[in-house]
Amino acid sequence: MSTLLSLQDVWVEYGDKIVLEKVNLDIEAGSFVSIIGPSGAGKSSLLRVVLGQEVPTRGTILLDGTPLTPECGPDRGVVFQRYSVFPHLSALRNTMFGLECEKAPLSARLFGGARKAATAEATEMLNAVGLGDSMHLYPAQMSGGMQQRLAIAQALIKRPRILLLDEPFGALDPGIRADMHALITRLWRDYALTIIMVTHDIKEAFTLGTRVLALDKRRHDPHAPHRFGATAVYDLPLRDRRDGTADEDLIIALSGPQAGANQQIDKEGIGHG
Amino acid sequence: MRWVNRHVRQGNRILLGSLPIVLLVLLYLVLAAQRHAVNPMDKILPLPGSMAEGMAALLFQADRLTGQLVFWADTLASLQRLGLGLGIATLSALLVGLLLGVLPPVRATFGPLVTAIAVIPPIALLPILFIALGLGETAKVALIVIGIAPVMVRDITAHVADLPREQIVKAQTLGASSWQIMIRVALPQAMPRLLHAVRLSLGPAWVFLISAEAIASDVGLGYRIFLVRRYLSMDVIIPYVAWIAVLAIAMDLALVFLSRRLFPWAHGVSH
Repeated sequence: MSTLLSLQDVWVEYGDKIVLEKVNLDIEAGSFVSIIGPSGAGKSSLLRVVLGQEVPTRGTILLDGTPLTPECGPDRGVVFQRYSVFPHLSALRNTMFGLECEKAPLSARLFGGARKAATAEATEMLNAVGLGDSMHLYPAQMSGGMQQRLAIAQALIKRPRILLLDEPFGALDPGIRADMHALITRLWRDYALTIIMVTHDIKEAFTLGTRVLALDKRRHDPHAPHRFGATAVYDLPLRDRRDGTADEDLIIALSGPQAGANQQIDKEGIGHG
Repeated sequence: MRWVNRHVRQGNRILLGSLPIVLLVLLYLVLAAQRHAVNPMDKILPLPGSMAEGMAALLFQADRLTGQLVFWADTLASLQRLGLGLGIATLSALLVGLLLGVLPPVRATFGPLVTAIAVIPPIALLPILFIALGLGETAKVALIVIGIAPVMVRDITAHVADLPREQIVKAQTLGASSWQIMIRVALPQAMPRLLHAVRLSLGPAWVFLISAEAIASDVGLGYRIFLVRRYLSMDVIIPYVAWIAVLAIAMDLALVFLSRRLFPWAHGVSH
């Protein structure tokens, strides 16, 4: 499979504090990369660099072989843990936003036939994430899970080359989280997405990902802990999930019988969505 | 039961809210009656009867000099100045606030200037305005604008700049330009805040209006109050002040209604 995103010798430093050092990564098209690591290991910094929200201090990032512009753009979609939908727009208008920006540079609003087409496309996208019945609700009227579904629909309508997820399910309760896992897996398959997801939840990282990256510091200076940055200390390719089989055995093997019991609870909680 | 947990029902709330007002009115009437018992000609605390008499002349009899009904001419002139001042201040607050809030380079350039203007006491500028703009309507409207616009600009700027970073990033990943972020993300979310800022500015706006009218004018609610003060005409001053209060409350309620009607998403629409 071809390399879609390539990080070459990427360093991120804030003043004399080194967050990421010498990160070299190749991410293949169609992969689902989970990034885990302790707090402060630069998971979110890595995501921000790929997103273009931050410029790396050193190193290059190539998307399809061309260097990334140091600015966010429609080739990279994102879903944050919170605040990624617009509170003043209904679900439908939130989803149409990306289409309106593209086709109406001046007014950012569509009229007539173009509006109808955009509405149809947005409706289809909302149906795909299971929000077909809630198109006219405002985000404040939705539960946390519905808001994250909306954020995903909003991002996917632009058909981004890469979808970046920054702890997207961290604020959701377990039953709804299991629903969201099923949803994102289905979307990843149906739309042939390339996904990079930062998460705290190791089980989530292994259930969803085709590859798990663990970020941490390789070296540690007890007198100046900030002088060494984190990098990918483990890079675990998992079984290709595209054949439809889940890696349930692997997860249970990796995280012990306790996790298996938790998963049982999650499944019982699915109905609460 | 703790007092923090005692919630008052809607009907009782109106009752409780009007209680202090009724008590104050009663207190005034008692004091006025006492003074009138001692001196029937007392002008300091007029009874409702003499207020009605004093106001009737202004309400229904045309002024011999101008041919206008004085009370209504005053109201119209004041509301016009206030409306113009509020309108100009609101529009400029929206425009400048958006530019400053959304675009960091603009904020870095003009932020300090706005702050500097905001800390100048507007009344200190009144002589400059009268000298520069004459004693006409322009100076009075300008005083209101200068008095309230900087605070509103700072409020809108802060509100827009405090929009979650995630939203701005998300908009960019959806292909939005600076302009599109300004009109589709920042502007709609600034609007409820703007109406709120107008509500808070109503008080200061009235202060600047009355000040300007008191110093140089020939018509207006503030002018009338300061004119009849010379004759100790409390029977006119008190109804005028009450009328100003009624107008201010009506404007405030209208703004609340408008905000709820136009921006339901900003007023905690429930699940």
